Amino acid sequence: MALHIVAGIVQGVFMLLNIEKVQKSYPGGRPVLRDVSLTLDHGQTLALTGESGSGKSTLLNLAAALDSFDGGEITLDGTALSTLDDRGRAALRRQSVSLVFQQFNLIPSLTVAQNLSFHARLANREDTEWTAQLAERLGLSDLLARYPENLSGGQQQRVAIGRAMAPRPKLLLADEPTGNLDETASATVLDLMLSLVAEAGTALLLVTHSLDIAARLDRRAHLTGGHIA
Amino acid sequence: MTGAVIQALMSHWRRHWLQLATLLIGIALATGLWSAVQAINAEARASYQQASDQLALGLFDELRDPSGPIPIERYVVLRRTGWQVAAVLEGSLRVAGRTVQVMGVDMVAYPALPAVTQIEQSETPPDPADMLTAPGRLLAAPDLAQMLRTQSGLPPVLTSDSIPPDLILTDIGVAETLLEKSGQISRLIVLPDQPVGVPPLSEIAPELERVTASARLDAASLTDSFHLNLTAFGLLSFAVGLFIVHGTVGLAFAQRRAMIRTLRALGVSMRRLIWMIMAELTILALIGGTLGLILGFFLAGALLPDVAATLRGLYGAPVDGQMSLQPQWALAGLAMALAGTLLASGHALYRLARMPLLTGAGLHAWRGAAAGQHRTGLIGLILIAGGFAIGFAIDGLVAGFAMVGGILTGAALTLPFLLSLALSMFQRRARGPVAQWVWADMRAQLPGLSLALMALLLALAANIGVGTMVSSFRLTFVGWLDQRLTSEVYVTAIDNQQGRQIAEWLDPQVDAVLPIRSVELTHEIGPLFLYGVEDHQTYRDHWPLIATSAGEWDRVMAGKAVLINEQLARRAGLWPGDTLTLKADHTLTVAGVYSDYGNPTGQAIVSMPQLDQIAPGADTRRFGIRLAPERATEITQALRQQFDLPRQAVVQQAAMKAQSLAIFDNTFVVTSALNVLTLGVAGFAILTSLLTLWTQRLPQVTPVWALGLTRAQLARLELLRSVLLAAFTAVMALPLGLVLAWALLAVINVQAFGWRLPMFLFPVDWAYLFLLTLLAAFVAAALPALRLMRLPPADLLKVFANER
Repeated sequence: MALHIVAGIVQGVFMLLNIEKVQKSYPGGRPVLRDVSLTLDHGQTLALTGESGSGKSTLLNLAAALDSFDGGEITLDGTALSTLDDRGRAALRRQSVSLVFQQFNLIPSLTVAQNLSFHARLANREDTEWTAQLAERLGLSDLLARYPENLSGGQQQRVAIGRAMAPRPKLLLADEPTGNLDETASATVLDLMLSLVAEAGTALLLVTHSLDIAARLDRRAHLTGGHIA
Repeated sequence: MTGAVIQALMSHWRRHWLQLATLLIGIALATGLWSAVQAINAEARASYQQASDQLALGLFDELRDPSGPIPIERYVVLRRTGWQVAAVLEGSLRVAGRTVQVMGVDMVAYPALPAVTQIEQSETPPDPADMLTAPGRLLAAPDLAQMLRTQSGLPPVLTSDSIPPDLILTDIGVAETLLEKSGQISRLIVLPDQPVGVPPLSEIAPELERVTASARLDAASLTDSFHLNLTAFGLLSFAVGLFIVHGTVGLAFAQRRAMIRTLRALGVSMRRLIWMIMAELTILALIGGTLGLILGFFLAGALLPDVAATLRGLYGAPVDGQMSLQPQWALAGLAMALAGTLLASGHALYRLARMPLLTGAGLHAWRGAAAGQHRTGLIGLILIAGGFAIGFAIDGLVAGFAMVGGILTGAALTLPFLLSLALSMFQRRARGPVAQWVWADMRAQLPGLSLALMALLLALAANIGVGTMVSSFRLTFVGWLDQRLTSEVYVTAIDNQQGRQIAEWLDPQVDAVLPIRSVELTHEIGPLFLYGVEDHQTYRDHWPLIATSAGEWDRVMAGKAVLINEQLARRAGLWPGDTLTLKADHTLTVAGVYSDYGNPTGQAIVSMPQLDQIAPGADTRRFGIRLAPERATEITQALRQQFDLPRQAVVQQAAMKAQSLAIFDNTFVVTSALNVLTLGVAGFAILTSLLTLWTQRLPQVTPVWALGLTRAQLARLELLRSVLLAAFTAVMALPLGLVLAWALLAVINVQAFGWRLPMFLFPVDWAYLFLLTLLAAFVAAALPALRLMRLPPADLLKVFANER
């Protein structure tokens, strides 16, 4: 009994994300996720692989508190997402999670510099020194005054990574971050992302098709037919 | 192939039905407002033409006696010496509280009067003898005829569709009895085909003046400026409506670029595509135009009675208040809808035609209009400068409207540039990330919203400009009425004899009895009404002089000078020190100029002895009575009882002012209505722009939502954006509106009506309009904001998924 409690406490200390028997269906009733369970510890990296339509992005969106689930529970840094309302979920996204999308989703009306610091400023955690370091390491120092539409795909994704890392999030969720890039740019972006999360102690949940990319992360989970295989 | 292409093109509207509805509503509103104004103008002009045709107005020369009515004896002499002239007696008559004009014509001398000929050729023609022998017959339009038949003591009434409203046509003998003007003639019509060898007029009737048909001002020319004003407003409404069409078509074409590219890749030529899109636009223009015509017809029907009342009250122009549907009006409206739609779509069509086959399918090219903001702003500045240059360099109403057009169009074109400048300034000063994003996002939104904002700017400027003009005019008019209507009571006697009796009876009871006597003269600028006044302090204290010279009243009363109204001064270029010839042997120096609002003709004032010299026969039937105000009611009742005068023959100052103000307010009902409608159209333009931009907004706001803002916060920010943009536009509309007001007061009014008005400022009205604008922007943004707030997260996530 005591061991069980100690194990629980230890697990609580290390575990950042706990996805437990989560179910999700599309509006037509077709199930996407069936009793999916997954955990991710602080600082750990996990690749989520699976075929198209297997529910990888859906699971990522649920973990990011972008969407609600039909059953089960997701706990992020001790907070059960099912207990949060719209405002609470927004606060969680601001404070604990960062996102990198395949299509970058930068804010087109803001400059590179403004995009880089945007999330950190929203979270009231702006660290100008760290943001400048990020810009330097991501090779963006000369592009700070530009607007996203004037950048290449690789450059945009680097800005997206910089924006995501600027608030030093506990969890970075990346959905096919290199899916739109060529091989060279893809390798550069992945290297940068992995080194930054390692340095910041950020956990990473990365959705990918690529087994090569998945092999570079600490763990791998494969999603098929709505289940973790 | 054609069928497949049509199917592909139509599929866009099926998916974007709201855009289709917006486009049709835009065309309908533009056509509707324009057509309504055209219908009103056409109805009024048709009424003038009908009156001219049926009563032979403006067709023949006339003989008039400047000193007053022509005696019957002179008519007899002219006829006996061979002059083919027809006598006409005119006057007004009050019947059942309604003032109608009576026109009595010598039907023996002029049997071919068109209105009479038409009745004689009807299925049930009257016996000609009945027209000429007692009790005679009255001819009137159906509405008036029906009313006249209910009155006792009038001759039998015949109905004729060809008689103008509010006019009774009858034989001169019957008119003499009705008007109680026995033996008097107002004018003589010189009939065509005069016999050779008749003695010259100077020998047999030297006191008569021959006035050529072309020298007289008819209703159509008198009201030209009024109709031009209406047309200008109609054109403004049309332009505002076209902004909606332009914006919607631009977006639709941009959204279709991918489809067009695919169709071209599949082998459809650009030429064929352009023709098919033009055919599609034509069909849409005709559908929208038809809807607009229906709207315009009902709008014109609602506004025409007020316009008719204004034209009758202001110019005495015979206008029927009934609308009739004219095929040429409908065709012109559809042509305007078609031309407007093609004009508004021309730019988008041109860009589509030049689009390379391999161009990107995104909206960037369309949104890239922002790149041309500087160029557009520069064109705007050139137009503003050009407008001012034309206004200052060239005289005339058309030049005035060209100036206003240049300034308004130029200002609209500079708006996006100025807004962008202001927004970038605020963005630089913003501290928080959300505020910074909001300002930046507003700038990014500008190209998509700029057309709607331009429409709003024009509508607001028109509102401020016209509102300032009308309010300034009203304020001036009220002050002017207080000056002009100084007598406490006004009385009109039945004839000169009763006039003398009234004056004698009143004299011991009141402070002063001031005769109001006038005669109509002719001047090169048109009719000139000459008034005689007695030397009384009332005039010296109150008469609204706008230009004077030393001792003006003393010189007028000494018979050495004349005062003229502003209309005469401006049209004839006469100012103090110049001379005015009233009659061949009567030339006087102009001593002063007075304001005379609401009067379309020239007017002059001389001393009473001067008037008696120029026009000895002028009536002495009207009087202004000065007395203690509290005695006005008592004297009014006493006059009515003592002389058995009808109610309308004795009017107190307050009632007269109220009646004048009612006519004034009536005059601006149409402009006010068009103003409100234009503002409504502009509000609708914002709503439609926001709705059509909706699909573009989601990719802008979804990343911010993903980064931690709630949908409710984003919805509130959407509302704030719309309200802020409207507020900026309203702030910029204020100086533009004031420039417009100045142009209307100092240029257009002077050219159109002959008077210049002082400009007053009405900050409370602006504040009200500003709040109304914010409310309109809030309401327009409420629907998209509500949609955003209620949008399920799953739908927002589709934005990310859709971009894969």
